[in-house]
Amino acid sequence: MSDHTGTAANKAVRDFLAEAEEIVEQLGSELADLADQADTGDISPDLLNSIFRGAHSLKGLAGMFGFKDISELSHNMENLLDFLRLGRLHADQNLVSVLYDSHELLTSLIRAVTEGAGSDFSVEIAACVGRINSCLSPPEAPSGESPLEQLGLPERVLGALTEYEEHRLLDNLAKGRVILNVHASLELTTFDQELSEITDILKSCGEVISTLPSVGGNIETHIDFDILFGTTRSRDDVALLVERDSVQVTRLGSGSAQTAAVPAPVAPAAEPAQTSAGTPHEAASAGAAPPGPATAADDAQSAKSMSRTVRVDIGKLDDLMNIVGELVLAHSSISGIATRMRNEGFSRMSIDLGKAAKSLERKLSDLQKGVMEIRMIPVGQLYEKMSRIVRKISREQGKKVELRFFGADTELDKLIVEDISDPMMHIIRNAIDHGIEDPERRLAAGKDEKGTIRISSYQKGNHVVIEVEDDGGGINVEKVKAKALQKGLVQDTANVTEREALDFIFLPGFSTTEKVSEVSGRGVGMDVVRNNIAAISGMVDIETVAGEGTRFIITLPITLAIIKALIISCAGRTYAIPITSVLESLLLTESAIKTVERKEVIQLRESTLPLLRLERFFCIERSRTQPSEFYVVVVGVAEKRMGIVVDDLLGQQDIVIKSLGDSFRKFKGISGAADLGDQRTILVLDVGGMISETMKSGS
Amino acid sequence: MNTTSILIADDSTTTRAMLVSTIESMGDIRIIEASSGFEALRLLPREKVDLILTDINMPDINGLELISFIRNNPNYKDIPVFIISTEGSRKDIEKGKELGANEYVVKPFDPVRLQELIASYLHLS
Repeated sequence: MSDHTGTAANKAVRDFLAEAEEIVEQLGSELADLADQADTGDISPDLLNSIFRGAHSLKGLAGMFGFKDISELSHNMENLLDFLRLGRLHADQNLVSVLYDSHELLTSLIRAVTEGAGSDFSVEIAACVGRINSCLSPPEAPSGESPLEQLGLPERVLGALTEYEEHRLLDNLAKGRVILNVHASLELTTFDQELSEITDILKSCGEVISTLPSVGGNIETHIDFDILFGTTRSRDDVALLVERDSVQVTRLGSGSAQTAAVPAPVAPAAEPAQTSAGTPHEAASAGAAPPGPATAADDAQSAKSMSRTVRVDIGKLDDLMNIVGELVLAHSSISGIATRMRNEGFSRMSIDLGKAAKSLERKLSDLQKGVMEIRMIPVGQLYEKMSRIVRKISREQGKKVELRFFGADTELDKLIVEDISDPMMHIIRNAIDHGIEDPERRLAAGKDEKGTIRISSYQKGNHVVIEVEDDGGGINVEKVKAKALQKGLVQDTANVTEREALDFIFLPGFSTTEKVSEVSGRGVGMDVVRNNIAAISGMVDIETVAGEGTRFIITLPITLAIIKALIISCAGRTYAIPITSVLESLLLTESAIKTVERKEVIQLRESTLPLLRLERFFCIERSRTQPSEFYVVVVGVAEKRMGIVVDDLLGQQDIVIKSLGDSFRKFKGISGAADLGDQRTILVLDVGGMISETMKSGS
Repeated sequence: MNTTSILIADDSTTTRAMLVSTIESMGDIRIIEASSGFEALRLLPREKVDLILTDINMPDINGLELISFIRNNPNYKDIPVFIISTEGSRKDIEKGKELGANEYVVKPFDPVRLQELIASYLHLS
C-alpha cells in the first residue's frame, strides 16, 4: 500500500486537493460578491476575471490528475465565465444562480475525492452543464474595424495583449474613458514593490488593463513597464497621483500623444540613483529606493519568493505541539528534581537548577504560544462561507435576510474552525427556515421586511464565544412542550420550565416542523449540532424571546492541542478534568447532599444539581472512607450541568491528551490519558460522555 | 559548475510540482520556480536560465507579456520558451507563437512528451 511511488502520488493528490479547496473557497466568496454586483448592475471586470482564472486553474489541475468530473464541470464554468468577461453575456441573477449551483456541485465533487467516496455525480454534472450551455449564446462575429488601431499602440504592446485584455481595452474605449500609457522605469531589485504601489494608486481611479514589461535604457539595472490604464480622469490628474521621477504618463489615441515627465518635487532630479549609470547597490544605497533592507544582502533578498506565506499540513503542527507538550513535561520533572535537591540539602545547586528551570519555563511558554498562534485562524474565514449559504437559502425561500458579522478577527484553532463550520451552518439554516418570518408576516408584525441574522464572535477568558442571533419569531416554547409530550419525551409538561423545554430541541429526532426541510438535505437534527459542538469541548445555549428572535450561544475552547486540566483525586486515584468543562468547584460536607427520586443532588443557588460519584462510576473499591469534607466539581458540556464528587483538588496543569486507542473506546467516561511529567500517567475524564451516561441511567 | 537550468513560471503550486517532478527525473537539471510573472522577472537577471516554461494566465503579468519581454531583451532573447497552459483562447496561443514562444504544451501534459521536447531544446541525449 505504502510503497514509494504510492506515497508520492498520494502527496501529489493531497497537494492538488489543498489547492483545489483553496480555489473553490475563493470562488465561493467571489461569486457572492458577483451576486451583489449583479444586483447593482455594476460588475468589476477584475472580479470577473479572477473568477474566470479560478475556474480555469481548477480545470487544468483536475485534468492533470485525471479527475474528469471536476475538469469537465470547471471547463464548462470557464466557458460561461469567458463569455461573461469578454462581454458576450450579461450577468443576471439567473446566470449567477447557475454559477452558484455549479460551484456547489464542484465543492461536492472535491469533497468526494477528499473522502475517497466513489459517488457517481454524472447525472448532476450533466444537468449542470446543460444549464450552463443554455445560458451561452453563440459568439458574435467579430466586428469589422477595430477601434484599437486609432489608439496608435505600438505593435510590441498590441502583440502581447491577451484576448481578454483586448476586450477590456475596447470596453474602456466604448465607455468613453481616457486610455493612458503609464510608463515606469524601475530598478530591477525593487521593481515589484514600486510597481504595486503605482498599480494600487491607479486602481483607485480606473482600470489597469495590462502591464507589459519592456526593455529600458540599462537592461542590467532597470526594467521598464508599460501600464495600459483606462480612466475617467484626465491625464494630468493621473500624472499628479502617481508623481515620481521614474514614471511618465501618456495619453493614447488623442491624436497628439504628448508625453510629459512627472515633476518630482520630493527627490531632486539630480539624484544619482535615478540615472541609469549606477549599479543596483549604489542606487539602493543612495536612498532613492523604497524602504527595505538595501545592503549587500540585496541579491539574496530579491531572489526570495514574493509570497510571504507557507502552507503547512496541520499534522506537522500537531507533531510540533506534541513535542512542546513533552518539553513542558520534561520541564516539570526538572523542577521536581530541584525541589527534591533542596529538601535533601543541596541548597546552592538546587537554587541554580531552580533558576535555570524557571528561565526554561518562560522560553517554553513562548514556544508554546508561538506554535499555538500558527494554528490560529480568524473566524472571519467561516463568515464568508456563511454569507454564501444565507444568500442561497434566503433566495430559495423567498425571504429577505441580511447577515451582519462582528468580530471577524477573533482567532480560533484551525481544527476547531473546521469542526464548528457544519454546526454553525445548521443553526443558520434553522434560523432562516424556522426563525425569520416571511416578508408579509414581518411587515404585519411591525418589523422591517428584511430579517437580520447577526453572527458575532469574541474572546471570553480561555474561550471563544460565537453567537448566532436572528430577529425572527422566536421559538414557541408551548409548541415545543406539546411536541415533547406527543413524542413521549415527558409524561407531564406542567412542571417543565422554559429552559428545560428548550433542551428538548437538542434531543435526537426532535423537530417542531412536520416537513423535513430540503435545505439541509441531510436530515441533520439539532442533536447532531449539540454532539458536534460537545466533541470539541464546546457548549451551546439557547435564548429566545417570542416575537423578537432567538440567540444561539456557542462557547468553544481556543485550542485543543494543549489544554489546561484540573487534577483531582478520588478513592486513591488521580484524574484530569479538562478545565474548559469545569464551571466551579465547591467544598461540601455530606449533609449538603440530598436524595431526590433515588438520585443524589445538591442545591446550587436556584437550581438542583445532579451528582456523580467517581468511585461508583468506575466501580472502584474504597480502601478508606471518604473524607468528611470533600469537593464537588461542577462541570457543564453544552447546556447540561452536573457535579462530580471528588476527595481532593490537586491543582491545575497543562496536559497533552493522548488517545488510548480503539480497544479502550468502549469504556465510557474516559477521553484519553495524559502524562503528568513525574512518570505518572493519569486518565482524562470525558465529561460529555459521563453526563450522557448519567442521564441515561437516571431516566 | 555549468548545470542546465529551467525556469518555471506558474502560479499554481501543484502545476509547478508536477513540472518539477517531470524535469527532475531527467537528471541533473537545476529548476528555478517562480510563482508569478513578477517573480520570473526578478529571477531572470540573477540566474543563468537555459529554458523557460510559462503559463499564460498569471495574476500580475501574463505569460504573453513575459514572452514579449524576454524576446525584446538582448540578454534573454535566445532562451527557448514553452507555453504550458490549459487549452484556452486560441487567439492567445497564436499570439504566444507570434511573440516567439517555441512550443505550446497543453495541460494536462504528457510527461514523456514534455521530457522529449525539453531534451531536444537543451540538446540533451
